[in-house]
Amino acid sequence: MDWIEIGTIADIPPRGARCIVTPNGRIAVFRTADDAVFALDDRCPHKGGPLSQGIVHGKAVTCPLHNLVISLDTGRALGVDEGEVRTVPVKREGDRLFLALEIGTHRAA
Amino acid sequence: MMTEKLVIVGNGMAPGRMLEHLFEEAPGRYQVTIFNAEPRVNYDRIMLSPVLSGEKNYEEIIIHGDGWYIKNGIVLYKGHKIVSIDRAAKCVTSDQGVVESYDKLVIATGSVPLILPVPGRDLAGVLTYRDLDDVNAMLLAAQSRARAVVIGGGLLGLEAAAGLKERGMDVTVLHLMPTLMERQLDAAAGYLLQKAIETRGIRVVTKANTKAILGTHKVEAVELADGTIIPATLVVMAAGIRPNAGLASRAGLDVNRGILVDAEMQTSDPNILALGECVEVDGHVYGLVAPLYEMARVAAARLAGRNTAGFVHSDTPTKLKVTGIELFSLGDFADGGDRDEIVLRDAAAGVYKRLIVKENRIVGTVLFGETSDGAWFNDLKKKKTDISEMRDTLIFGQAYQGSALLDPMAAVAALPDDAEICGCNGVCKGKITGAITAKNLTSLEDVRAHTKASASCGSCTGLVEQLMRLTLGDAYNPSAVQPMCGCTSLGHDDVRRLISAKRLKTIPAVMQELEWKTSCGCAKCRPALNYYLVCDWPDEYADDYQSRFINERAHANIQKDGTYSVVPRMWGGVTSAKELRAIADAVEKFAIPTVKVTGGQRIDMLGVKKEDLPGVWADLGKAGFVSGHAYAKGIRTVKTCVGSDWCRFGTQDSTRLGIRIEKFMWGSWTPAKVKMGVSGCPRNCAEATCKDVGVICVESGYEIHFAGAAGLDIKGTEVLGLVNSEDEALETIVALVQMYREQARYLERIYKWAKRVGVDEIRRQIFQDPEKRKAYFDRFVFSQKFAQVDPWSERVSGKDKHEFRPMAILALAEAAG
Ligand code: SRM
Ligand SMILES: Cc1cc2nc3c(=O)[nH]c(=O)nc-3n(C[C@H](O)[C@H](O)[C@H](O)COP(=O)(O)OP(=O)(O)OC[C@H]3O[C@@H](n4cnc5c(N)ncnc54)[C@H](O)[C@@H]3O)c2cc1C
Ligand code: SF4
Ligand code: FES
Repeated sequence: MDWIEIGTIADIPPRGARCIVTPNGRIAVFRTADDAVFALDDRCPHKGGPLSQGIVHGKAVTCPLHNLVISLDTGRALGVDEGEVRTVPVKREGDRLFLALEIGTHRAA
Repeated sequence: MMTEKLVIVGNGMAPGRMLEHLFEEAPGRYQVTIFNAEPRVNYDRIMLSPVLSGEKNYEEIIIHGDGWYIKNGIVLYKGHKIVSIDRAAKCVTSDQGVVESYDKLVIATGSVPLILPVPGRDLAGVLTYRDLDDVNAMLLAAQSRARAVVIGGGLLGLEAAAGLKERGMDVTVLHLMPTLMERQLDAAAGYLLQKAIETRGIRVVTKANTKAILGTHKVEAVELADGTIIPATLVVMAAGIRPNAGLASRAGLDVNRGILVDAEMQTSDPNILALGECVEVDGHVYGLVAPLYEMARVAAARLAGRNTAGFVHSDTPTKLKVTGIELFSLGDFADGGDRDEIVLRDAAAGVYKRLIVKENRIVGTVLFGETSDGAWFNDLKKKKTDISEMRDTLIFGQAYQGSALLDPMAAVAALPDDAEICGCNGVCKGKITGAITAKNLTSLEDVRAHTKASASCGSCTGLVEQLMRLTLGDAYNPSAVQPMCGCTSLGHDDVRRLISAKRLKTIPAVMQELEWKTSCGCAKCRPALNYYLVCDWPDEYADDYQSRFINERAHANIQKDGTYSVVPRMWGGVTSAKELRAIADAVEKFAIPTVKVTGGQRIDMLGVKKEDLPGVWADLGKAGFVSGHAYAKGIRTVKTCVGSDWCRFGTQDSTRLGIRIEKFMWGSWTPAKVKMGVSGCPRNCAEATCKDVGVICVESGYEIHFAGAAGLDIKGTEVLGLVNSEDEALETIVALVQMYREQARYLERIYKWAKRVGVDEIRRQIFQDPEKRKAYFDRFVFSQKFAQVDPWSERVSGKDKHEFRPMAILALAEAAG
């Protein structure tokens, strides 16, 4: 695993998300109201909805397609629903954000 | 038994309650006739203040609707004032000349407001505060948004002042005494109350002795004894009430301050009873409903021929119905040698609590800022409980008596069965829990209907709900108030009402003040709150895009594969070669896979990549296109037919009207989507009669329709009415949509909202009341100033860039190499 810099926290609106394009699909990076940052695969376990487009509330995101609520912490569906999405390790150094990705990935744009 | 004739003078809260008891106890025994000087049915006078402030409307405070009188065979003479009673002939005469004889007569004429005997008291613009006509007159005066002076800083005066302020007037309260509500509050609480009133922007002048009301034809100012002159266009006299006993006194009944009655409500004439604020019993006259309801019980038993323990005096707690001011006062709180007091203050929180104790028993209570223990203190006082054991912790309230009671549910559970929960209606805990179990009551509305608990001023609603939860456990599902979502126990209507009443202008303010249970809401409540705030404060609220669904955030419809669709406006379904060419070019340039004609008379480009959206919009914008809002809880399409321009049957220019409506209204956010249609004749080719709002043009004008549905439900429209001109059609439609914007719950289409509030009510406000219609129209126009901005061109010029670009694009080292 490599830590790859993806930008700064200011790039993501509070209670919002942005996506990162990688050779293995998109990753959604979330910022909560209290500035915690999480990353998940940008694919809802239900029917592949782009989680980066959902509404962020507390430590969860609601999928924009059919409203599954996914925990940002664990990637697991909350409530009665089932399903799980892969979480991606993120770290923050000052304002800079890094994702842990496959060795060899680097920033292209 | 032969039916006897019962005649009632006055149709207020006391006799209304009496009849309910009487019909239960002795159904069919009396043929009832009522004369009411007010031209209406029995309504909840207590709730006039919420009507004044806009938290409720008249229909919501009716106690007995017309149907109730019909069902019970009552003849109600509305707007008839009884002018004389002939006791020898046993009949009464009304000012309209109706004469009615009786076997039993009940006098319930209530109170009359005191009018200060100062010069100018007869000027136009001087009002009192007693009935719905007074409220309507105040509302009319408030439209000027000018200056009001309220004389009297008691309960009525302060409620009037808060209401007028809420309605946009500049308000001053004049109070003769040094502190407000001095009959119910001590000086410390009076001070806190004054501060709370002043922070609402209401001026308070104490020790103010009104000398004269100035003006030539109408009020211009109020002059005080010290020479101060306060300009005013409206003066409300709320300086007190006195029992309305003139009629009885002229009939020769014994009258002192009020009509004298014995403990069974009988006057000095055995065939005449009296009850309510007009009577004096055992030296007391009353101004709150709780004792009057007790009188109603006694009088009904008496009329049914049953003996009861008569009426006995008891103290009633006073509360102020001004949203956001918590105040509770009970009993006697004068200082005295034989009394002790226990005081607790929390300055930061603005809390003041004082208990007055005599021989280890509570005799009086004043609570300000935090009143939840009022019911408990009331209970201790009533039962004359010896408090010496808990003296040290008493003031902290019931929760501190024993560690097990720290949570409010446990505190309610610990109340004895005979603890009074609803002060207005004298309902105790046992009666409520008993009724819930015996009658299987599951909603707050049912509990109100069966027990009357929380059915008057409503300040004990929380307690009643806790009792329901206690009795029903998790089975309690407050369907009457379906909460908005798991983050709150409030329903949409309450939240909307409180946003406006408490002037909450940000999502965090709403969540703090309305005690949201989560830190930042959820995907259900946030979009709703965002809409309510956009609607209520169009100029001040900063739209929170993170609280909008992706479609409204990205201004395009998300598709199942994560791509988007783009639907530009095609006003009234009319297009041109230039527009079509721009669409064709964009489709080719961005390789958009599908182009489709929609059911809403325009063109949909499907499968656009999110990153491409600003580019597509930029190109479409150059051809003059703006967003079609096909994604919005907002104004969608106005479908039209060709109308009189081309069609041999067309009666009016339906295309032009449709385009005009769409150009006037586009950009507005609404509770759910709003789709319209204009057809040029009753053949209705634009399908206007299944739209949210529709117009059918006819020879004589424009028939306005609304509340249709053709999606999940199918429903033909209701007719709002016929107007003569395009201008009137536009004004009516805009006003209707604005009323819907202000009242509906988020995601509630017009037809569902109309079903809830009633088609007749909407017709009354929009069609029959030109002033209301104009006011709605003006508010819509104001909000359009901030809403009618094309979101696409905004984003083409760089707004919300982050929405449309990945934060980073990563590649494998080899691939990038
Ligand atoms: C494109 C279109 C179908 C078409 O190809 O013709 C369409 C497409 C969608 N409709 Fe529709 N509706 C379209 C006309 C209609 C009509 C007919 C009309 O407008 O005359 C109706 C029946 C009338 C009505 O609104 O009730 C209609 C009733 C619905 C409903 C049911 C609404 C209801 O309360 O009953 C939904 C679901 C909803 O809104 O929750 C819906 C939802 C949708 C959504 C937004 C589904 C979604 O949430 O993603 C579709 C978006 C596709 C897209 O990206 O464009 N669509 N939809 C039409 C766009 C009209 C336009 O120009 O804006
Ligand atoms: C604005 C306001 C707020 C209030 N808030 C509270 C509160 O929070 N808590 C509380 O407990 N109490 C409150 N009250 C007091 C409460 O409303 C009264 O105690 C109660 O309504 C009195 O009932 P009643 O039946 O005696 O008289 P009313 O309800 O006054 O009814 C009397 C009726 O008789 C009619 N009438 C009079 N003379 C004649 C005649 N000669 N012929 C025919 N009809 C006649 C009148 O038009 C009137 O409709 C409030 C009152 C007002 C005005
Ligand atoms: S009817 Fe409307 S919502 Fe259903 S699939 Fe067609 S476009 Fe989508
Ligand atoms: S794809 Fe996420 S809920 Fe259906």
